Amino acid sequence: MPAALQISDLSISLGGHEILSHVNAIIDEGEFIGIFGPNGAGKTTLVRAIIGTLPPTRGKIEVLGMAPGQAGRQIGYMPQGHGGFDSTALSARSLVEAACHGDRWGIPWTSKASRLEVDRVLEVTEADRFAARPFSVLSGGERQRVMLAQALLGQPRILVLDEPLASLDPKNQALLIECVARVKRLTHTTILFVAHDMNPLLRVMDRVLYLAGGGAVLGKLDDVVTSASLSKLYGFEIEVVRVENRVFVISAEGNVAESECDHHHDHDD
Amino acid sequence: MWQNRNATTTMTMMIDKLANYLGYDFVQNALIAGTLAAMLGAIVGYFVIIRNAGFAAHALSHIGFAGAAGAAVLGLTSLEGMLLLTVGSGLFMGAAGDKVHRNDLAIGMVLSMSLGLGTLFLSLYSSFAGQAKAILFGNIFGVSSGQITQMIVLSLLSLAGLAIFSRRLLFASTQPRLAEARGLCLPGLSMAFMTVLAVSVTLASQIVGILLVFTLIIAPAGIALRICRSFCRGILLSVVLGVVAVWIGILLDCGTGYPATFWITALFFILYIGVEAYCRFFTKSDR
Repeated sequence: MPAALQISDLSISLGGHEILSHVNAIIDEGEFIGIFGPNGAGKTTLVRAIIGTLPPTRGKIEVLGMAPGQAGRQIGYMPQGHGGFDSTALSARSLVEAACHGDRWGIPWTSKASRLEVDRVLEVTEADRFAARPFSVLSGGERQRVMLAQALLGQPRILVLDEPLASLDPKNQALLIECVARVKRLTHTTILFVAHDMNPLLRVMDRVLYLAGGGAVLGKLDDVVTSASLSKLYGFEIEVVRVENRVFVISAEGNVAESECDHHHDHDD
Repeated sequence: MWQNRNATTTMTMMIDKLANYLGYDFVQNALIAGTLAAMLGAIVGYFVIIRNAGFAAHALSHIGFAGAAGAAVLGLTSLEGMLLLTVGSGLFMGAAGDKVHRNDLAIGMVLSMSLGLGTLFLSLYSSFAGQAKAILFGNIFGVSSGQITQMIVLSLLSLAGLAIFSRRLLFASTQPRLAEARGLCLPGLSMAFMTVLAVSVTLASQIVGILLVFTLIIAPAGIALRICRSFCRGILLSVVLGVVAVWIGILLDCGTGYPATFWITALFFILYIGVEAYCRFFTKSDR
């Protein structure tokens, strides 16, 4: 059986600037991988390469043994952010319906099978209670659960989540993570979870993919997120501090390279 | 009793008068053309609002002004001239992608240049001046039978196009990044949509004029989107609102002599105020 994701010697340049260089990783099916790194480390770039909307400059990516973009419905994707619809009454459910078989031709008619599939994913993320309400009036946490439901359409084997925790309060972060963990447990789905802060994910993830300075390391939390390993990756001295089962990555100068209260949206990395 | 009978007589007289008007060719043509333009505008407008492409739609209609004015130079009808230039620009905007058709400065520059060109043609060909007012503000009763045929063909083509790709368009408009990941060609869809938009802008401008194209493209769809939570109902309501408003506008024009364009815009404005008030005061519990 092919690996869920195989990245071999991947390099990606954007506008003459090398974002990722010589990245290698093999991820097995059913793994929960946390993808971390500072702003601009190339997390979103890597995600775009995996879902096939950004071609590698060098190297290769294989998703379930296929080229990215060929995997289609096998990859569920939750993009960063969710804008618009503010002046409309469009319901959350109707947005999910638009995404269900949205790649077909014809008029946007929702078949009975599609309706059942939409019911199913909304139930999985417990978004069914508020799905009939306009998307514009939902809270940030509710919107993210709708977007997660949308990513689950068609029962993908790999779920790629790009910073789903951004701008959520701790309670809603926990709810969303619980949803994702449940999906993984029930359907053996491979999870690629991009986040800024690793602490909320400590209990659910199997391995960590840490990006910094163009490179990446993949491994168990205790092997990857250490002062020695991250200093090598960043190219300067990094200190990893553990306080009561929480992990903090701090640069030697004392600037916090990553912390819980530092939720920037790195749209342009 | 007397008052009642008087009122009945007045009503009967008005109905007679309207029935009389409905017998005229130019009124029938106006109703047919108005229905086509309103129907297409209402459907296309729905996507315009979801895609946040209102300014691009506005610009296309002004580009159409230069096309209509230029048509006089080339010996084409204003409909043909508008169509050529708006479809061309629509294709360009679609191909250039989201960054351009949401770029206010670029659109603004093209828009003012188009109006400038229109002004130039206007000064060069003074015989066009008479038509200019009709093009800017619409001349609903000036639609000829030949134009009706053209409009029917264009509407059918546009609706057929939408019937083929509207599902993909909806997905790409609501969730562009997800749609891209699913392998949809966003620039291709954008070009197809802008072509249909160009056609519907041109048709709408035949009815309400270039300056008021928004009335048929934005107003019914915008109001429907404020009310309806699902796409199908929203598009349906949008079409009903558009078509009914145009009919009422035309009939009121016949009855009162004030221009249909005014009545249509007034109807939509009142409706919009009502819907906004409703949304503010009665849907608080949703927020």
